[in-house]
This record gives sequence, structure tokens and C-alpha cells, in this order.
Amino acid sequence: MSGGLYSLDHKDFDKNLDLKSVRPYGDTMNDGKVQLSFTLPVPCGDEALQAAKDVIRSMGLENPQIVYFKELAPGFTFFNAYGECTKTIDFTSIHVAKADVKKMGMKDIDEYIKQTLNRKIVVVGASTGTDAHTVGIDAIMNMKGFAGHYGLERYEMFEAYNLGSQVLNEDFIAKAIELKADALLVSQTVTQKNVHIKNMTELVEMLEAEGIRSKVVLVAGGARITHELAKEIGFDAGFGPNSFAEDVGAFIAQEMARRLGK
Amino acid sequence: MESKLGIDFTKVGKARTYAKKIALDVQNFVKEHATTSTERTICRLLGIDGINNEGIPLPNVLVDHLKENNALSQGTAYYIGNAMIETGMSPQEIAVSVSQGSINIARLKLNSPEDIREKLSSTVDTTVERIKNNRQTRSNFIKEIGEGKKPYLYVIVATGNIYEDVVQAQAAARQGADVIAVIRSTGQSLLDYVPYGATTEGFGGTFATQENFKIMRKALDEVAHETGKYVRLCNYCSGLCMPEIAAMGALERLDVMLNDALYGILFRDINMKRTIIDQFFSRVINGFAGVIINTGEDNYLTTADAYEEAHTVLTSQFINEQLALAAGIKPEQMGLGHAFEMDPTIENGFLYELAQAQMAREIFPDAPLKYMPPTKFMTGNIFNGYIQDTLFNIISIWTKQGIQLLGMLTEAIHTPFMSDRYLAIENAQYIFNNLKNIGDEVTFKDGGIIQTRAGAVLDRSVELLEKIEKEGLFNSLEKGVFANVKRPINGGKGGDGVFEKGKYYFNPFIEKMLKEGL
Repeated sequence: MSGGLYSLDHKDFDKNLDLKSVRPYGDTMNDGKVQLSFTLPVPCGDEALQAAKDVIRSMGLENPQIVYFKELAPGFTFFNAYGECTKTIDFTSIHVAKADVKKMGMKDIDEYIKQTLNRKIVVVGASTGTDAHTVGIDAIMNMKGFAGHYGLERYEMFEAYNLGSQVLNEDFIAKAIELKADALLVSQTVTQKNVHIKNMTELVEMLEAEGIRSKVVLVAGGARITHELAKEIGFDAGFGPNSFAEDVGAFIAQEMARRLGK
Repeated sequence: MESKLGIDFTKVGKARTYAKKIALDVQNFVKEHATTSTERTICRLLGIDGINNEGIPLPNVLVDHLKENNALSQGTAYYIGNAMIETGMSPQEIAVSVSQGSINIARLKLNSPEDIREKLSSTVDTTVERIKNNRQTRSNFIKEIGEGKKPYLYVIVATGNIYEDVVQAQAAARQGADVIAVIRSTGQSLLDYVPYGATTEGFGGTFATQENFKIMRKALDEVAHETGKYVRLCNYCSGLCMPEIAAMGALERLDVMLNDALYGILFRDINMKRTIIDQFFSRVINGFAGVIINTGEDNYLTTADAYEEAHTVLTSQFINEQLALAAGIKPEQMGLGHAFEMDPTIENGFLYELAQAQMAREIFPDAPLKYMPPTKFMTGNIFNGYIQDTLFNIISIWTKQGIQLLGMLTEAIHTPFMSDRYLAIENAQYIFNNLKNIGDEVTFKDGGIIQTRAGAVLDRSVELLEKIEKEGLFNSLEKGVFANVKRPINGGKGGDGVFEKGKYYFNPFIEKMLKEGL
């Protein structure tokens, strides 16, 4: 290994933070340090090390350091590596689409629904399509909730139906119609080859065909869901990791009130 | 073995008595019934394979044919045997003729049940002999080249393409994996047929087909010769085709099968009658074939709380043990399931996990317990995930688990990369070597946290078993005793495939395997 990782004489860059010109941070402002781990489908050896460094450089990282390598199987070599990012981004110009929602707690949400709608909101949720994981939908809907955040079942003003996993879009819609759902929650946890996007798009199309798309608040959630993605597909909102029942509940309540012009 | 937990074994005995009664009640129902899937399995074991020109498997064609003619209640063995006498054709030729519409086997002249059995016997013997030979091949293999130490390192491959799976599986085996499970394509458990041939497209996994089994078996045997260690092949004998998958696995020498009706009922919403009947036949085949079954109690803890509902895991293990014994499965083949799924923020959570794992070990001393890694509280913080998996590995070596499903640091992110699997194996090998005899060295404090916890879980399990014994298993499942999931007795998928056995019904394979297996 070359000694670059601990080199002290290489810090002749500007060490002041400039939000218009931000780089990854290791232990010194603007050092650009990035940690990488990947496998190349080549046999282990000097050529593999060189190849790994070239891959890192081709990513726009300088001073590549291979700190560990190992042949996982004949013809496959694994690397742990570091590099330095020289490119910068302008943090001040970033705008992220977020669900337009005022943060509220469980009690506030119940109270808000009583005052603006004066009836319970029916929410039907499921992990749809081929996804067998219920972790996400359970966290949002089940009584117990997740990490100390109670699920919608515990709310006084939500009538919550969790249909579980691998629910087909047609069954999901049939149940939504049967229960006169006000809001639909779609969870997609582990997906492969972007099958979740196809599945969610199909749901929107089917809801439109049934003529009920505009009558429901349609919300997506999951590890790989962003608000931007959900909006693009035709959902009203999307919630990614670290979202809890109160985020989803507040959005549904506020969106319904908004639609009523309240 | 002296109990480190101070377990009261009279309570364990009591639990087993309840569980035995529960299983007996279930068996009384099972023996009067069969399903479209048990009948397709008989077709397969009689040598019927292949598909018709619409891609429908011939076992389905034949069973549908009998159903359309209202003849299914006497069973496929009866009608195929009869057709063999009347036409002189083999079962495969009969199935092809049925699919071409050139014969109606429900309308042929009927022979005596004795003659039919006699006619079938050599075909039945040939298949049973093949399965016996596979069993022998496995044990010779292990004797000659050896096998890994327990806990066996169990990893999954799931590319969707059987040929890509082979690359991944061979790599994992070379890195030290003892069991390779080929995850099935999502949704296969709900297909009421088994796909045919080698497959290269699947979602979240690869279709279980007999050809795919054969391809993977050959690939693992190759590596075994190279590394000097037999590599076990695992697949999923659950869903609507439970016994068919068992039959295919027995014919292609699979070694481990996930095989649990309760899992299908609770997590796949499969009709409980259907899958309990299917389970019996599938377990008879697995038992006879020397396959280690894996039960699915670990899944309860992915929906229910692992601390609060720990006793439901033990309860289900007791029931699964008795249902397995009734199907001729020996304790050494019972990979009863449980999991490391407690909330990592619980104070002393590790001690409770340790208590649970040690308790399973002491109560089921001969079972190669299947221990499942954390999934529910894996967050995407891969560094913390690696620690969670490490704690899980420590408990496994400490309590001498049988089959260690290796946790992946990227759980909940994607299906494992080749490097994820390598890191998982390296972690387990490090822990298993470094803490090898910790279980022999360390005892638990009398009346301490660990002993108290085990005692409390056992007490609650005995109570629950008593309740289930009074209600019956089916009614209890309707009330949601496991995993907080309720399933109506006539609900779920596949219920229409259940039928009551007719007067002449017989299943030559169950008879023979139960007789010769023990």
C-alpha cells in the first residue's frame, strides 16, 4: 500500500466550507474522501489492482487507494478502496420535491381530522404485486407501529385495513371499492429489476380505468421510493426511509382537507 | 445433557403430549382427504413428466381430466393403474394420449383394486428404488469426501437465471458454504402447477423446476469433489405444489427443503386444509428421501414481536415436530426454525435471544435447528447490520445450532452481491472458530435473566398448546394464534383442490415409503 491515506503533506487545498462548492468529507474540509467497495470480474493479481484503480479514476476520483483485495471465486476480485472526489456541487441550488405537509403528532392529526372532516378516514394498505415484505406497510399501519411511532390502526380517526403482502392490483382495487377507501397506501420494499415501478404505474392506470383515481389519496412508501418518483408515476405522495405513520397520516388528512377546500 | 437453563422437563413432556394430540387430530382429517396436488405428485412419481402443446404440465392435464369426468375421488393411481391394464401403455404414454384427447381413462372398463395395485407395483418400486439410491449416493458422498461442520453455513442465490445461479452457487461453495438454497421466483408458491424445463427469467428468484434442480445438483457435486466437502442443495417445498416439489427433489437428490404448511397458511394465504393434506405427503417423501426439512417459525417474528411472541415459536416447533414424526421424519431431519429478530434497542436483548436459542437446543436435542438472521431491524446501515449478524453468529455457535442461514449486511437493500456472501461467510467462520467451545465452558447463573426468560417462555408455550389442543389447530389458526395473522378455515387459495377420498382411493407411495422408511 502506498502511504497516501495517512499523508499529512497533501492538504494544500482550500479548507474552508463553501456551500456553493461542496465535496465529500473525510476528516478535513474539502478532502473529497470517498469509501468504495466493489468486485471486478477479473482474476486476482497486479493487473486486477491496476484495473481497480482505473475504475476508480474513471468514476472521477483521484488518488485511488486499494486497501484490501481478495479473490472471491476464480475470476472475481473484491476490493475495498478509497479515492478523492475533485468535483464539487452547489448545495445552495438544490431543490428536492417533498410531500407538502405540515408536521403533526398522532393526537393533533386525530383532532385535525375531527375538525376539518368530522368523520373517520378509511385507509387501505398493502404490499402489492410480487413483493412479499410487509415490514414497511406494518410499520405504518399496525397498532404497534415502528421505533416508538404508533401505526395508523391506533389512531382514533383512521379506519385502517392492512391487506398484507403480495396483493394483486386488481384485488387491492376491489377491496378499496368495497371498503369505500379514502386513501390507498402502497408499500414496495424489496424489488428487483424495477418491477415496483411497473407495478405502481399499472395501479394508477387501473384506478383511472375504474374512475376512482381522483377520489382517493394515493400514497407510496418504501426503501427505494422518493416523493419525486411517486409523483412522476402518478401518486399523490411518496415516503422513503425514516418516514413514520404520523408523516403519512398528516399528509392524508391535510390532502383530504385541501381537496374539500378547507 | 444437563440443562443449562434449569428447564423443567416434566413441562416439556406435557407440551409434547398436547402437541401429539393436536397432530393426531390433524392426521385424522388428513387421512380421509387428498388434493389435486397430491394426485399430480403421484403422476410424477409414476414417471409422468413434460408439457402439452399449450405448455401445461402433463400431471396437471391428467388430474384435470379426471376432475372433469368427476372421477378424481378414486385417485390417479387407481385410474392410471387401470388404464395400464386396459391399454398396455406406460403412465407417460397414457398421459400423452389423454392430452391428445385420444383416450378417456375415466371411461375404461374397471379392474379390481387388487389387480390395479399389482399392475402398478413395478413402476412404484422403480421410483422408490431411485429415491433410495439417491439417499445412498448422498451418504456415500459424505462418507467418501466429507461434509462441513455444524452449524452448516446456508446461503441463498437468487438471480432468476439458473445458469447465473450456478456461477453464484459454485462461488459460495468454494468460499465455504455448506447449504445452497435457490430462492424461488416470487409468486411461485401460488402457482397451481410446477413450471417445466431450465428457466432463465424470474422475479426475486429462480423457478423451481426439475430441470433446474438437476442443473444445480450437478454443479454442486462438481465443486464438492474440488473442495472435498459435500454441498447440500435446498429448495422450497411449500405453496400449492408442496408434494410435487418434494417428489422432484427426491428424484434429483435435493438435501434440504423448506416444508411448512403453517407458513403457507399464515404468510401466503393458502387454504389450511389444502396445505395440511399436501404437507403430509410432502413430508412422507422428504422423510423417505433423507431430506432435512426446515420449518418456518422464524417468519412469525417478522410480523409479530420477537420478545412478546417468542412462546408461539416454541409452540409451533412442538406441533411441527409431531406432524413430522407422523410423516416418518426422524428428529435428525427436523430443521425446526427460529430467528434472531428482537429489537436491537431492547436492553439485554442478546440474553433473551441466547435463552431462546439454548432452549430450542435443549428441548429438541437431535434436531438440526435452522436459525434465521435478523431481517426486520436491518436498516440499510450496512456497518451496523454486520454487527447484528455477528451477534447472531455468536449465539449460533454458543448454542450449537444446526443450520445457520447467514445474514447479509445488505439485507433489505438488494439480493446479495457475490461480495456480500463472501463477507457473511468470513464473519461466520471467524466467529465459529474463535468461539468454538464457548457453549461447553460457560454456564448460566441459577435464576438469572437467561434461565428466568427460558422458563417463562416454556410456561406460556404449555398454556398455548393446551388451548390449541382444546380448540383444534384449524380453529386456533382462525383466531390468529401465530404471527398475529387470522385465516378463515375455508378461505385462502387452493381450497377447491381438496377432495374426500373415494372407496377405491389409494396412494401407493405413502404406503410404501412409510413402511420402508422406518
